Amino acid sequence: MVAPEDGSGRTDVLSYLRVDRFPHLWCPGCGHGIVLGALVRAIMRLELDPRRVVVVSGIGCAARAAGYLNFDGVHTTHGRAIAFASGIKLARPELEVIVITGDGDLAAIGGNHFVHACRRNMGITVVCFNNSIYGMTSGQYSPMTPYHAMATTAPYGHIERPFDLCALAAGCGATYVARGAAYFPARLADYIAGGLRHKGFAFIEAVTQCPTYFGRRNKMPRGVDLLRWQKERAVPVERAARMTPEELEGKFTVGVFRDAEELEYTEEYDRIIALAGYREGGESGCPAPGR
Amino acid sequence: MPRRADRPALLQGNEACARGAVTAGVRFFAGYPITPSSEIAEILARLLPQVGGKFIQMEDEIASMAAVIGASLAGRKAMTATSGPGFSLKQENIGYAAMAEVPCVIVNVQRAGPSTGLPTSPAQGDVMQARWGTHGDHPVVVMCPSSVKETYDLVIECVNWSEVLRVPAVLLMDEVVAHMRENVILPRDDDVVIWDRPAPDLPPGHPDFLAYRPGPDDVPPMARFGDGYRYHVTGLHHDERGYPLHQGSKAEELVRRLHRKVERRRRELTKVEWTVGEHSGPALPEGLAEGRGRGAGRTVVVAYGAVARSAEEACRGLAAEGRDVALLRLVTLWPFPDEACRLAAGLAAGGGEILVVEMNLGQVAREVERAVGGRCPVRHYGRVDGELITPAEIAAEITGQRGS
Ligand SMILES: Cc1ncc(C[n+]2csc(CCOP(=O)(O)OP(=O)(O)O)c2C)c(N)n1
Repeated sequence: MVAPEDGSGRTDVLSYLRVDRFPHLWCPGCGHGIVLGALVRAIMRLELDPRRVVVVSGIGCAARAAGYLNFDGVHTTHGRAIAFASGIKLARPELEVIVITGDGDLAAIGGNHFVHACRRNMGITVVCFNNSIYGMTSGQYSPMTPYHAMATTAPYGHIERPFDLCALAAGCGATYVARGAAYFPARLADYIAGGLRHKGFAFIEAVTQCPTYFGRRNKMPRGVDLLRWQKERAVPVERAARMTPEELEGKFTVGVFRDAEELEYTEEYDRIIALAGYREGGESGCPAPGR
Repeated sequence: MPRRADRPALLQGNEACARGAVTAGVRFFAGYPITPSSEIAEILARLLPQVGGKFIQMEDEIASMAAVIGASLAGRKAMTATSGPGFSLKQENIGYAAMAEVPCVIVNVQRAGPSTGLPTSPAQGDVMQARWGTHGDHPVVVMCPSSVKETYDLVIECVNWSEVLRVPAVLLMDEVVAHMRENVILPRDDDVVIWDRPAPDLPPGHPDFLAYRPGPDDVPPMARFGDGYRYHVTGLHHDERGYPLHQGSKAEELVRRLHRKVERRRRELTKVEWTVGEHSGPALPEGLAEGRGRGAGRTVVVAYGAVARSAEEACRGLAAEGRDVALLRLVTLWPFPDEACRLAAGLAAGGGEILVVEMNLGQVAREVERAVGGRCPVRHYGRVDGELITPAEIAAEITGQRGS
């Protein structure tokens, strides 16, 4: 275990967090902290060097997680985290680049960056905190709000169908795709660890809960109500394979949907650099900063 | 490849821009194709890997700007290039770079707008957008070349200033300069002055390290991601640690510092060129400044970019005929060269005038008016039909023989 060098010598979850930033801004019953915990446990398990981890987030409640993690972190603009992360990863492929994003951040305003990142297969790990709603702006519908659910901008019920984010990612070429839920934090950590270990683009959807802005308006006012909803509806992907569409109605699948070896983008680019005739030790590609 | 000999080369403006960027140390480019800037991306796609740099064509301009900022945080000098519609799309993230103090260069090869406009025709309609395109009071540096050689020089200046001030810098080209070919002698790489961003003087993990504590020049030294500093970057108002804050007074302090760091360097930053008779240079010829206030019959033309080339020809022609004309060519557009405009007003005061010629409806003319504060009349001549203003038009405007 690499001690995170915060001087405390501790190696628990809290030692990866900026506890001086607490209290955090998440509401009582919110699931974002559970997902963050799963992410930290995955990082701990893989013993990633904390100096080499860069966390990139967009805007939203979920995105605030970047500020609570004691790594280099960049809290970017709404929807653009994956694009910022692509610049960081391509500039310095040796860094472990993790994107933290909400469902609106990822799939609405950031949808274009998401699908192209899946296609590009750059070694970035994206964790989407999917709480089915726009939390930060207090309860407008997101691309993940369920059909017929209530939202402040759907006062008569929502008439759009949500994405299946994992199917979307896989369809766009993401080489690692998994879905977990806040109700199953240990397995969620497994999926995230799988994504971090994976060489190409990894996407992990974490189904989580927003009692304040989704639950209260949808007859599940407490965090536990929404956690129970997750427990009752989650179906492991292996079991889902043996179920009929009727049986799967209203459920969601959890597990690893795709884990494929394909050439990673920055490695491909290294090949381009070699093709172009550049030799290491010649003119420096990325000098250390200095005056 | 970066060239090392000072042989003359026939270069296009966009090519000079790409080569200058490589010389300046740019090792990352992200962009999205758009006329009339695409050659910059195409050339850098070829050049950057040759020097171990990275090129990527992103899915749109928003993503390109984001990737550039990300690469810069990771320690690379980074640039993007675009034109009007793409420049509009980049604005939110340009503001992010200003707020989070991430060095980056944005090349905007102006074409005729608004909207998709005339994609292959020149214009100078983005002067104000370059200054105020993103929301909020933010600092920015904007430079505007008039020739192929100057494009090479100014892209290096933009990179340098962007790095040392940790501010987004815009190279505001126009379609004429971008696509014209000129024989230029580029300096040897060794003769080019390159500046780097200030590095922290505390080692990673030092308890006193504060990512956003400014130095005496109001610029905070910049740590590179992945070197162990483990700091936070946000577009929210933030304290010296980089953490979000909600106190209005602290927010004001930050905004004022962001402006101050640029204002402090105003003198070095604002470049102009005077052309009076045979004289051409950054300062007025000896003696002329003393004749201030006796400007009867004198016209001081203010122009920039490709239009300044036409203005120069017009002024030289009229001067040869004995007409009292001078040309003030603006090289830096932001911070605005107020001082030089006041000098121009001094020359024109007492019966002369300033004539601002530009391919827009008065974006710089109004700034000149503000700068001269009524010391002399300021007249504007503009065109927005996608045609370059000609020397003959300018000469006619000066002599009052237009449209008669
Ligand atoms: C360009 C832009 N548009 C809109 C907003 C306002 N905004 C902030 S967060 C947010 C939605 C966040 O929802 P989600 O991504 O699902 O994350 P959550 O807050 O639920 O965790 C919106 C619309 C913004 N900051 N920037």
